[in-house]
Amino acid sequence: MDAMPKWADMLLVPLISLLLAMVISALVILGIGEDPWAALKLMVQGSFGSTYGWGYTLFYATNFIFTGLAFAVASHAAMFNIGSEGQATLGGLGVALVCLALPWPHWTVALVAAMAGGALFGAAWAFLPAWLAARRGSHIVITTIMFNFIGLAVLNYMLVNVMRPEGSMDPASAKFPDSTNLPSLHDILALVGIPFSKTAPANVAFLVALVACVLVWLLLWRTRFGFELRAFGKSESAAVYAGISPTKIIVVAMLISGGLSGLMAVNNVMGEAERLVLNSVEGAGFIGIAVALMGRNHPLGVLLAAILFGFLYQGGAELALWTSIPRELIVVIQGLVILFTGALDNMVRMPIERFFLWRRRNAQAGE
Amino acid sequence: MDTFSTLIQVLDSTLRLATPLLLACLAGLFSERSGIFDIGLEAKMLVSAFFSAAFAYTTGSVWIGLMAGVAASIVFAGIHGIASITFRGNQLISGVALNFLASGMTVLIAQSWFHQGGRTPSLMGGARFEGVELPFAIGPTEAAETGRPLNQLIAEAGPLQQLYSELISGHSVLVYIALLAVPATWWVLYRTRFGLRLRAVGENPAAVDTAGISVVGLRYSSMIIVGVLCGLAGAYLATGLQAGFVKDMTAGRGYIALAALIFAKWRPWHALGACLLFGLLQALALRTDVVEAFFPFKMPVQLLDSMPYILTVVILAGFVGKAIPPRAGGQPYVKER
Amino acid sequence: MGDQAPAIELRGISKAFGPVQANKDISLSVAKGAIHGIIGENGAGKSTLMSILYGFYKADRGEILINGQETQIPDSQAAIAAGIGMVFQHFKLVENFTVLENVVLGAEEGALLRTTMSNARRHLTEIAEEYEMDVDPDAVIEEIGVGMQQRVEILKSLYREAEILILDEPTGVLTPAEADHLFRILRGLRDEGKTIILITHKLREIMDVTDTVSVMRRGEMTATVKTAETSPEALAELMVGRKVLLRVDKKPAQPGRTVLKVDNLKVVDDDKVERLKGISLEVRAGEILGIAGVSGNGQSELLRVLGGIERATGQVEINGQQIDLTGRHSDGRSRRERGIAHVPEDRQRAGLIMDFAAWENIVFGYQWDPAYNNGWLMDNAGIREETEGKMERFDVRPPHAHLEAKSFSGGNQQKLVLAREIERNPDLLLVGQPTRGVDIGAIEFIHQQIVDLRDAGKAILLVSVELDEIMGLSDRIAVMFDGKIMGERLPGETNEGELGLLMAGVTNGGSA
Repeated sequence: MDAMPKWADMLLVPLISLLLAMVISALVILGIGEDPWAALKLMVQGSFGSTYGWGYTLFYATNFIFTGLAFAVASHAAMFNIGSEGQATLGGLGVALVCLALPWPHWTVALVAAMAGGALFGAAWAFLPAWLAARRGSHIVITTIMFNFIGLAVLNYMLVNVMRPEGSMDPASAKFPDSTNLPSLHDILALVGIPFSKTAPANVAFLVALVACVLVWLLLWRTRFGFELRAFGKSESAAVYAGISPTKIIVVAMLISGGLSGLMAVNNVMGEAERLVLNSVEGAGFIGIAVALMGRNHPLGVLLAAILFGFLYQGGAELALWTSIPRELIVVIQGLVILFTGALDNMVRMPIERFFLWRRRNAQAGE
Repeated sequence: MDTFSTLIQVLDSTLRLATPLLLACLAGLFSERSGIFDIGLEAKMLVSAFFSAAFAYTTGSVWIGLMAGVAASIVFAGIHGIASITFRGNQLISGVALNFLASGMTVLIAQSWFHQGGRTPSLMGGARFEGVELPFAIGPTEAAETGRPLNQLIAEAGPLQQLYSELISGHSVLVYIALLAVPATWWVLYRTRFGLRLRAVGENPAAVDTAGISVVGLRYSSMIIVGVLCGLAGAYLATGLQAGFVKDMTAGRGYIALAALIFAKWRPWHALGACLLFGLLQALALRTDVVEAFFPFKMPVQLLDSMPYILTVVILAGFVGKAIPPRAGGQPYVKER
Repeated sequence: MGDQAPAIELRGISKAFGPVQANKDISLSVAKGAIHGIIGENGAGKSTLMSILYGFYKADRGEILINGQETQIPDSQAAIAAGIGMVFQHFKLVENFTVLENVVLGAEEGALLRTTMSNARRHLTEIAEEYEMDVDPDAVIEEIGVGMQQRVEILKSLYREAEILILDEPTGVLTPAEADHLFRILRGLRDEGKTIILITHKLREIMDVTDTVSVMRRGEMTATVKTAETSPEALAELMVGRKVLLRVDKKPAQPGRTVLKVDNLKVVDDDKVERLKGISLEVRAGEILGIAGVSGNGQSELLRVLGGIERATGQVEINGQQIDLTGRHSDGRSRRERGIAHVPEDRQRAGLIMDFAAWENIVFGYQWDPAYNNGWLMDNAGIREETEGKMERFDVRPPHAHLEAKSFSGGNQQKLVLAREIERNPDLLLVGQPTRGVDIGAIEFIHQQIVDLRDAGKAILLVSVELDEIMGLSDRIAVMFDGKIMGERLPGETNEGELGLLMAGVTNGGSA
């Protein structure tokens, strides 16, 4: 018998964790001599108060949806893929190579090709850790961490030695041709007559992310492969008994995970920067972990948590702009959210479980 | 510049760069030997780097700075302990969270205290660890006495004296502490009751528990040791290797230390070897001219930078002997029959 | 003994885990210098009671008296201090430590090891000689056998000067010969004045070695009697609370064509140890072949190979067709496609996904079957519907398809597995430990299902460490020892004594 109802597990626990993280963040803001309430108002205003704010919030959220889904898919196969950062980095390389390779006739064609490129490079970067985990028993956490650093070095090498336009001192690729520029949410919403900020970076990749949510949900809970993947994630010994190949599950799950991470580049590299720069991922890979944890590894949860983190990012940027609170505040909040929703989950869960047990016992006694 | 003095210079910077790795690696060794994975070594080094620099600057005393740094590091180790020992949370997630927390918090507080864009002011004089001049070594004292530049004095000395004065002597006291920590760790692990119990709790906490020893107590003790060692590593970065704190100054050293730990297969003397190797790679990455003298082709600096990571993957792949971690590592201990 | 205070006295011990009452008002008195047995079914509360005595759990109510003194035992340390030692069913040894290090752990003399170790070595050798337990202090635990590991556990307690020794199901992993050796050691300890509590569910052991015995049922202590004054039948009735059919009601077998033919099957494990050393056997339609043996003698490997989980060399034919034992497609799915169903030994680690709902578990292993999907997508609604019928026919309670497997009792979990495997209507059913951890009521039902499948003309290969179960269900019995088949017997023409000798590797011509 479960100690508490499902809704408490899915909603109450993460919300209380979030609340705790917020309270401590407020104390941190107080500690550096600022007003947390004013800060919160500014953050909400800055991220949801205008279509410009929304445009940024959704832009960040798009990144986090991809990396959150990536972590969630791997998690369901009991793989702790901490390598989203590197996979998204390589995804950026794939997208950039595609965008610069051909004179693309139209953005739609370019988008499809870039998605393939990003996903392929991201998946490729996940392949070796996955294969080593499946066949050699290497610890996936350590190998993917190592691949994050190696990936960064690869990108650094490519930008400095290969892709840097002649004469430029900047370690960055050339600007992508105009025909690969993706329509922004402004362009899309204009079609249906809704006015939206012209300068905000949210773009068509957000819609791709929404589709990815639906597809991941279908994959995990409706397909045969998803059934086998989840079964393997819950019990490897049982999966082997059932004739499910661990190698296949580990490798394919990690390829999907890496591919999703790589797809992120469609948003930040192709949709926003329109060229490849160093450190374009900016920690989104790690935030994916927090997003998946908060979202309980469910696509709908990931979507909501990604928007929450988009809000934190955009709100934090606004704070840095208008107050003396540095942008790093959001890094602190992220850390706290991961700590409370992930690592200290039991601290929140145990009292709640006890509360529900106590209530049930009282109810039984009353009968 | 002759080859010999270049070699000594490279080895000298190897030793300096290996020191924070070694301290962090030994910290990881204590942690993982007790059954707690710690990918938050980075976080503890970073908070220590900041607080040691901040307090050293404010008080003018590097020793007070060191204590503040160690204390901050112990607090972070304690949070990791609460999450992974008391509340049996996911140790990896806790590590990730603490890395974020440290990265953001240090800049936030630095900005609030010093208003210099998230760094501490530069440390000078007694707020920094100066090199220790060992007996008979040629050092600044001698240079001051004779009134001649130090490098000239050293260049005139014999090769052994050069080696001694440049490579062995003249480091900050933390370098020597790090080197001494290696035999000390070995001794604690294999020659003391605490070490026996620590090794046991990382392999089979149930055996320790049924023998009437507190699993929680042992693991928290190891967290304190982790805090102290990472604290020393962070303080060395900010007050020894460099003169002050800058944002994210640990630059992935916590992860390299973790890699070194795997490379060393969780053994103290091997940890020294691994950290010196990784330190050498870092030193070479700073001296591409030396590398180019050795290799006929142009060695990309990025390849040198990522060598520790590549080597670790090769080790993990089991192609160079199997790396078997402590058996209970990463698993929270739940009492069951 | 007479007027001496009892070594252990428990008064009114109660312990609840959430809504489950594991121990209800238990009182027990064990005289000094006696071997006292505690017998009961799985889940009767024996282990909980002993865990309370060893400081693992805290009793909700009741008191513990050691040698007449009321004693608080909040943790293992207090238990050790009170002179109690415990040998757990799953040994609590550090695998890569030496025997000496394991013995010393927690009982060191000082902060440094040097003197501790040399003193301990001497002391350990003395104890080992005194009780005739030869162990090498420098042997590493993972390199010695289970019998030896158990002796290390006993030595650990004696090193800590335990006067009271609790052993929890100590013979589960031992051969009959090793078990006899253990009992000799226990008698020796008793004669030295130690008090021993033996927890077991095996009636034979109780009758063999104990002086007094207590019976537990559903958390209560139902009786304490002198062993000499009782019988296995009487104890069984006390354990279960009603008369037990020790024999399964079944008609004589009508064996038909050969369904399974195994020839010279060999398995070598990762450590290069040969686990199966050339097994050959046949199972025919309409018969149950029972494999008897002490666990760890290759039975698990045999099931795993036939079930497609492990690779092997040799030949296996099913319905006259060879099956692939090493290829890329030698897996659980290929076996199922050939009409082999498999009820694994460990339903919690293999047979079920404990976090999956019953309806997901009911297709687990058959998810590839076109009946359950359209190639890509699963037919979840159809599966749920089918599940309800299966749960009803196999009397799974409660019959709710959406409940997760972990929320069913052991017996109902096993019925879920059986429902899934038997309703596939397989040609061959592999069954491992069908009633391990299952309550008596469910045992009879499960046995009946297996017999019914046989009567429907199917071949059944049964592996069990419970000799009673093998004797009751099988039409033929093969005994395994050390990866080999020691011999085949018909249940009507053999007895437990003869099978026991075979299980220990002793054939008519002498030891194997």
